[in-house]
Amino acid sequence: MEAQEVEICRKAFNSGITRPLEWRRQQLDNLFRMMDENSATFVKALAEDLRKPEQEALCMEVDYVKNMIRGVTNHFDEWTKDEYVEKNFLTLLDETFIHHDPLGVVLIMGAWNYPVQLTFGPLPGAIAAGNCVIIKPSEISDAVSRAMAELVPKYLHPECFRVVEGGIPETTRLLQCKFDHIFYTGSTRVGQIVREASNKFLTPVTLELGGKSPTYICESADMDLTVKRLIWAKCINLGQTCVAPDYVLCSESVQKVLVPKALELIKEWYGENPQKSPDLCRIVNRRNFDRLSAMLDKTRGKVYGGATDPDDCYIQPTLVTGVDYKGDSLMQEEIFGPILPIITVKDKEEAIDLINSGEKPLTLYVFTKKKDVMDAFKLKTSSGSAVINDAIVHLSVETLPFGGVGQSGMGQYHGKYTFQEFSHQKSILVRDFSAFGEYLGSIRYPPYSMDKVKRTQFLIKNRKTPGFLSYIPHFAWFLVGIACGVGGYYLANNRELTRKYLGDYL
Amino acid sequence: MSDFSAEVNNLRNSFKEGVTKPIKWRVAQLKALDRMLVENEDKFIEALKQDLNKPVQDTVMAEIEFVKNDIISLLRNIDKWAANQPVSKSLVTLLDKPYIHPEPYGVVLIIGAWNFPLQLCLAPLTPAIAAGNCAVVKPSEIAPATAKVLEDLFPKYMDSKCIKVINGGVPETTELLKQKFDYIFYTGSTMVGKIIASAASKHLTPCTLELGGKSPAFVDGCANLEMAAKRLLWGKFNNAGQICVAPDYVLCTQETQDKLLPVMKKVLNEWYTEKPEQSDFYCRIVSKRHAERLNTMLENTKGKIELGGQVDIDSKFFAPTVVTGVDLEDSTMQEEIFGPILPMITLKGVDEAIEIINSRDKPLAMYVFTEKDSVVKKLRDNTSSGGFTVNDTIFQLAVEELPFGGVGASGMGSYHGKAGFDTFTHYKPVLEKDLSWIGEKMAFFRYPPYDAKNISLIKALLKNREMPSVPAFLRYLFVMALGAVIGFVCTKYIK
Repeated sequence: MEAQEVEICRKAFNSGITRPLEWRRQQLDNLFRMMDENSATFVKALAEDLRKPEQEALCMEVDYVKNMIRGVTNHFDEWTKDEYVEKNFLTLLDETFIHHDPLGVVLIMGAWNYPVQLTFGPLPGAIAAGNCVIIKPSEISDAVSRAMAELVPKYLHPECFRVVEGGIPETTRLLQCKFDHIFYTGSTRVGQIVREASNKFLTPVTLELGGKSPTYICESADMDLTVKRLIWAKCINLGQTCVAPDYVLCSESVQKVLVPKALELIKEWYGENPQKSPDLCRIVNRRNFDRLSAMLDKTRGKVYGGATDPDDCYIQPTLVTGVDYKGDSLMQEEIFGPILPIITVKDKEEAIDLINSGEKPLTLYVFTKKKDVMDAFKLKTSSGSAVINDAIVHLSVETLPFGGVGQSGMGQYHGKYTFQEFSHQKSILVRDFSAFGEYLGSIRYPPYSMDKVKRTQFLIKNRKTPGFLSYIPHFAWFLVGIACGVGGYYLANNRELTRKYLGDYL
Repeated sequence: MSDFSAEVNNLRNSFKEGVTKPIKWRVAQLKALDRMLVENEDKFIEALKQDLNKPVQDTVMAEIEFVKNDIISLLRNIDKWAANQPVSKSLVTLLDKPYIHPEPYGVVLIIGAWNFPLQLCLAPLTPAIAAGNCAVVKPSEIAPATAKVLEDLFPKYMDSKCIKVINGGVPETTELLKQKFDYIFYTGSTMVGKIIASAASKHLTPCTLELGGKSPAFVDGCANLEMAAKRLLWGKFNNAGQICVAPDYVLCTQETQDKLLPVMKKVLNEWYTEKPEQSDFYCRIVSKRHAERLNTMLENTKGKIELGGQVDIDSKFFAPTVVTGVDLEDSTMQEEIFGPILPMITLKGVDEAIEIINSRDKPLAMYVFTEKDSVVKKLRDNTSSGGFTVNDTIFQLAVEELPFGGVGASGMGSYHGKAGFDTFTHYKPVLEKDLSWIGEKMAFFRYPPYDAKNISLIKALLKNREMPSVPAFLRYLFVMALGAVIGFVCTKYIK
């Protein structure tokens, strides 16, 4: 059944329907309308799946996707046009450029934590690149999945863009089909499965995975702003964000200030009993709740908060101090919940060593005012991305690529990077049959001689194109301007001339 | 047999210590590599003669000069490419500093191929070094003379703590692939490419696979047939057809074929004489096994051998051979030929060519010989391939700024020029957020308690707006106006 869906897309792609740029623009407009006209539907589905507050459902999901579509349509012409590249003496008379080919039929597998953003996020770029898409929303956020399955065929071309719903069996069957690219967002464990399945057809993949994103808080940090941004980043979506600050590294003295301020802020934002606040989500399902609950039970650290309600899948935003980096239950896997372990370190060097002893994380946060601290973390650690003095907000900067490295993923997207991820940059060389072109290239033919070799070496030697060449048009217009200025002066000072040439107009 | 964990760990430790990060170190390594090529040109020429009977001129051009040119370009651009790249901001990030910080992956593995044994090891290595990685280079054991020279010379020129040559065959490569690398770069066959991809998936290691396939050449009737024939045949019979981007087979009408054949015969005689086995300019097949593979292919063809066909397995000689009357099920159409056999398939026109090409795996290269723009556009827009070249073959590799790589079964990723540097670099986005109260005020709405009244304001602030860019003509207008003012004022004062 899944194979049939892929077959329908492949037939559609082979028919060439996605090639014309106008058609792709139309589909993008339709996608925008779908998001715009059904905003309330998605907000409702997100409330059902995650008890997501309206503001989060709009800013981080529906409107986020609308902005992504706007970004693609704003730059559509720029990205889809051929890119000309520099030549050398040998190819002086030729045309050399890069043409963006669609890949074909691509698979986008969404995640459940930001089901709208992560399923529809890669879609505008894939459409702009001219692909057909199989969209596989996560079955764990099933209200959103159902909304997508119902709405997509009403707005997008039904043979080119198909939603396939289902769980593990359906996904397994889907992964046995041939795709030209697979885009997966989710856990490292399932990312591995997707990566192995891709080997069968040598399918290129983008894997947006996770990991434990560390946060270092320096003594010099602005503690008020730090606490606000840190707690905000940890509590939105009840901590179920791939780029949530997973754990904190700081000195004892910073911890002394951090903990009371953070607890105070949580009370200010969510009230004495955060379970009653309308602004907090819930854990997506019982399985994840149990996982987090067990983590919290087994921790050997000191727990601040920790209230849970299994029937409501609710966990209180919780801080845990005195956590041991290597052994604690909270440090074995990505938390993906509202529990923030705080680990004390002597200095930034110890923090860097600890971070480097683990897998490369998806993102790294440093709160500091000192440049040497920023630089130390930036240069001595590797991560998908890094933010100084804030968290998560880098995802809204469209010109910054977003993705992991090492165990946190491969490939990047957002903005033009999505377009590039879903297209093949085909190198094109157009030569002609001119005698001069042939003369230049004929030294390659046998019979060989060292003289021919020397001539070829001369022609293909890598030379720097003088930068000033690109300023020639400016210089030419400047000269025209001078001529106009001089001419204008004479005209202005010679009434006869002026009357003769411009008399009728004055 | 070693499991190579000690070697790889040593490289990893060097990387962790930060040896490869300073640009000075990278520049010194690239210069050392250049010296290695210059001072040992004779050794390389001799090794390639042993491995492939490669003519001196081919070795100098396609192996040594190619890499030297690469190094020139990297040295010229390394400061620019390795520097932080600022990116354009939006309304919400107006006060912040977003940029992209290029960083190396770590320890990379480069597996070379035997057909251009020097180029295909060093052309990936140079950008890997420029990007700041440590590297293990595994030359192909099928070109053993070149592999030995590399193993001997590297410790004399390169920093052995960071760059190592490890030689060996299938067992050694299998062991090596069990180690964790941060990037794997492989050049070779699709079949082995799948094995590499599979090994890489264990550690979620990203890879570039430069594979192969059957690169078609469509020859239109209106092409300048003499020039087309020369360019086609050079691409096919250089290196005795053992080039991943060699035109694998020809598609043309019967009429064109009839005109092409006598021209091809003339050209081949001119180049290699009637006894190509005696020509100094003609290579040998790399091994008896490959010669036998090609011989079997030729023996089983149902086509007609128009030119060539002479084979001597012992000396690994295989004459430049052209076969006509071939259909899609022929023995020459089952796998990438990678040898000096050129099958010709006749068809009605470009539409049929597109159908045939699209019914097969996406090739590494596609060639079309024509003077009609419409034919070029049709083929280009209705098929996909790694690269696409009009009116020549292989030449596209001489354009450094054109990324070189496959798509689908012909590979993933690309390199040459900046694309090479990009391949071995992780572009880490960094956002340095502002701490001022203005920035904080502008983003006040993100914190709870949420207020539904803020939603329209939030939408307005976050809305993706097209930031205006100054079109070229405005710049020219400005410059012209400036010139006019200066011209006017100067004339006044002179007067």
